[in-house]
Amino acid sequence: MHILDFNKLSLRDINKTLQGSIKNSFFSIRNPKGSHALAVGINKKITVKIVGSVGYYCAGMNKFSDIKVEGSAGPGLGENMMSGNINVTGDVSQYAGASGHGGSILVGGNASSRCGISMKGIDIIVKGNVGHMSAFMAQKGNLVIFGDAGHALGDSIYEANIYVAGEVASLGADCIEKKMTRKHLSNLKNILSNANVSDYNPDTFRRFGSARSLYNFNVDNAKIY
Amino acid sequence: MCGIVGLYAKKENIYANLGLHLSKMLESMSDRGPDSAGLAIFGKPIAKRAKIMVQSQSPEDDFQKLKKFLSTKKEVSFSFASHSTHAVIKLDVKQKDKVINLINDTFPNLRILSVGKKMEIYKEVGKPAEVVKRFQIAKMKGTHGIGHTRMATESAVTTLGAHPFSTGEDQCLVHNGSLSNHNSLRRELMRKEMTFETENDSEVAASFITYRMNNGKTLKEALEGALVELDGFYTFVVGTENGFGVLRDPIACKPAVLAETSDYVAFGSEYRALTSLPKIEKAKVWEPEPATVYFWGH
Repeated sequence: MHILDFNKLSLRDINKTLQGSIKNSFFSIRNPKGSHALAVGINKKITVKIVGSVGYYCAGMNKFSDIKVEGSAGPGLGENMMSGNINVTGDVSQYAGASGHGGSILVGGNASSRCGISMKGIDIIVKGNVGHMSAFMAQKGNLVIFGDAGHALGDSIYEANIYVAGEVASLGADCIEKKMTRKHLSNLKNILSNANVSDYNPDTFRRFGSARSLYNFNVDNAKIY
Repeated sequence: MCGIVGLYAKKENIYANLGLHLSKMLESMSDRGPDSAGLAIFGKPIAKRAKIMVQSQSPEDDFQKLKKFLSTKKEVSFSFASHSTHAVIKLDVKQKDKVINLINDTFPNLRILSVGKKMEIYKEVGKPAEVVKRFQIAKMKGTHGIGHTRMATESAVTTLGAHPFSTGEDQCLVHNGSLSNHNSLRRELMRKEMTFETENDSEVAASFITYRMNNGKTLKEALEGALVELDGFYTFVVGTENGFGVLRDPIACKPAVLAETSDYVAFGSEYRALTSLPKIEKAKVWEPEPATVYFWGH
């Protein structure tokens, strides 16, 4: 294990070390003190443990690596992630997992507004609540919420699945509750099992998704463009 | 972008270092607003005494003249302390309105930044570290205070455009965001005889809250009124003689973090602003909910 300490190294040095490391390396990062853009752009399978809270854009563009934050994360966690896993033990701020293509994010606490906005294949699991406009324009992937969801959940959603165990303040445009089929229940169990989450009752979850009334292109409108 | 901070002492052990804590918090937000900075510090009041904060672009000359002028007014007993471009005049609370009128009538170059029993406002153009050093904020004591680092977006980079804005006694406001209906709201408030020093949107928000509180509303009610009347993006921290309040607009895209320990409540635009505070690693840290009024007071 390599220890990288913000009391001794700059953010740029730490990110360079992480990005330039060899496969299967294990790093422990100390004293991040809310630093921005920590552990971004990693594209190999390494393990990074961050001890303390981080600021904006942590673990953005992640590919293959496992990143754990023992603390909370600021806005834009794991933006545009491709693969790998991010685990935050505390809370995360706005737009966690925005436009993520793959991999998974597990949040131990709450996520604030716009969690999973424009998600494109990522799985996001939030053990607490999510804020308003979560899964806004979500295209693909799964958002699993153990707690409550804020207003306008899944507004203008395409083909992503949303599973909620708690209350939903309101649904956004074109987002509806759907039947929890056997296929979807098995999907939910798979997502949670992949993230090593076992302390839950699958029957408490409801499923939400697109009514598909907004995004179908109507050929009669072609002349407008 | 802009950076805002706030610190409210729940216990007296924080009072002595309030200025030091706020200075560090403000400096850590330099990236969010490098063009101007300011703070409001609430100290212990002295019985029957009031404070008037004045600001001048040519302080040496102006403050000399002001001091001399006030000395000629036999009935006014006052103390005068200048800090760079700012000066604090302490005087009998009964003479306050008279002296304000005298200053406004006789010294058009001087600006009154704030009036109150507890509050002092220091704000200038420049990097937060320079502003904090210039006024020696780190040495100041107090019960609570709020601060702002500015990245100007909709009005000029001037001392008066810097935050906090004070539009009422012992009341001030810092703002991260931008309002879109401030011109119409300013006109409306002017018809209700509120006065304005700048074209700044945040001054309108401060004035709106003062107007409501002058008309019998509590801070909570005034802030709830802001949710209805103000259009735009905002995270506000409002200082009053008793404490501070926090409000985010319903969309809440402007960041905000709160931290609470048994000793203090702290606000920062980011967690970075809080990392220098004592026992922060054990604090309860959370993001304030949108469209929800928070307040801590003595």
